[in-house]
Amino acid sequence: MPILHTVNKSPFERDSLESCLKYAQGGAAVLFFEDGVYAALAGTSAEPKVKAALDNLKVYVLGPDLKARGFSEARMIDGISVVDYAGFVDLAAEYDKVQAWL
Amino acid sequence: MSEIVKKLMYLNRKAPYGTIYAWESLEVVLIGAAFDQEVSLVFLDDGVFQLVKGQDTSGIGMKNFSPTYRTLGDYEVKNIYVDRDSLEARGLTQDDLVQIAWEDFETEEEIENIVQIIDAERVRELMDESDAVFSF
Repeated sequence: MPILHTVNKSPFERDSLESCLKYAQGGAAVLFFEDGVYAALAGTSAEPKVKAALDNLKVYVLGPDLKARGFSEARMIDGISVVDYAGFVDLAAEYDKVQAWL
Repeated sequence: MSEIVKKLMYLNRKAPYGTIYAWESLEVVLIGAAFDQEVSLVFLDDGVFQLVKGQDTSGIGMKNFSPTYRTLGDYEVKNIYVDRDSLEARGLTQDDLVQIAWEDFETEEEIENIVQIIDAERVRELMDESDAVFSF
């Protein structure tokens, strides 16, 4: 399996998401957690970038972090999958390596 | 204590939980409320996420401090502003935000929601009018 990329910074405050999406190879996965979950929301200025990425990347979001910030799965961009902490661990084990975009 | 009333602005630009800024700001606001100063809170950039309603931190092992915002009116903090451009860039509207009520205990005048959405021009004016700006 290729790389699992993680993004834990807000896409409106840092360039972590942008760099991640630029350098992630097709077929890789991206997991949003902590403030990174804001990238999963529909209707934001970051939405076009994430939607384009969904064409060749798998995108996951950590559910508990989304819920903590007051958003339900209904507010997410279509095509993003929600995982819990156990799912995060499964992804980390499944992929060859994890790259964190801090 | 000094009788000089200063205009203080708390400028909040960080999302909650990912960093400690939002909580620290709220604590300073509540402590500061003990002094009779003219206070305003401005939520700008990712700071607007602090006021999103329905926050539930049970899954992340952190304290949910968002209900505290709704009590700000009771601390006589009644100037609460949210930047419109910041909301729009994040796909949010006023419906996504908590409501903060305020009541004048002498006149019993009541305002159902003191959260005001304002344009950048108003933010500029408020900043100019302030004697000091505390940034979080």
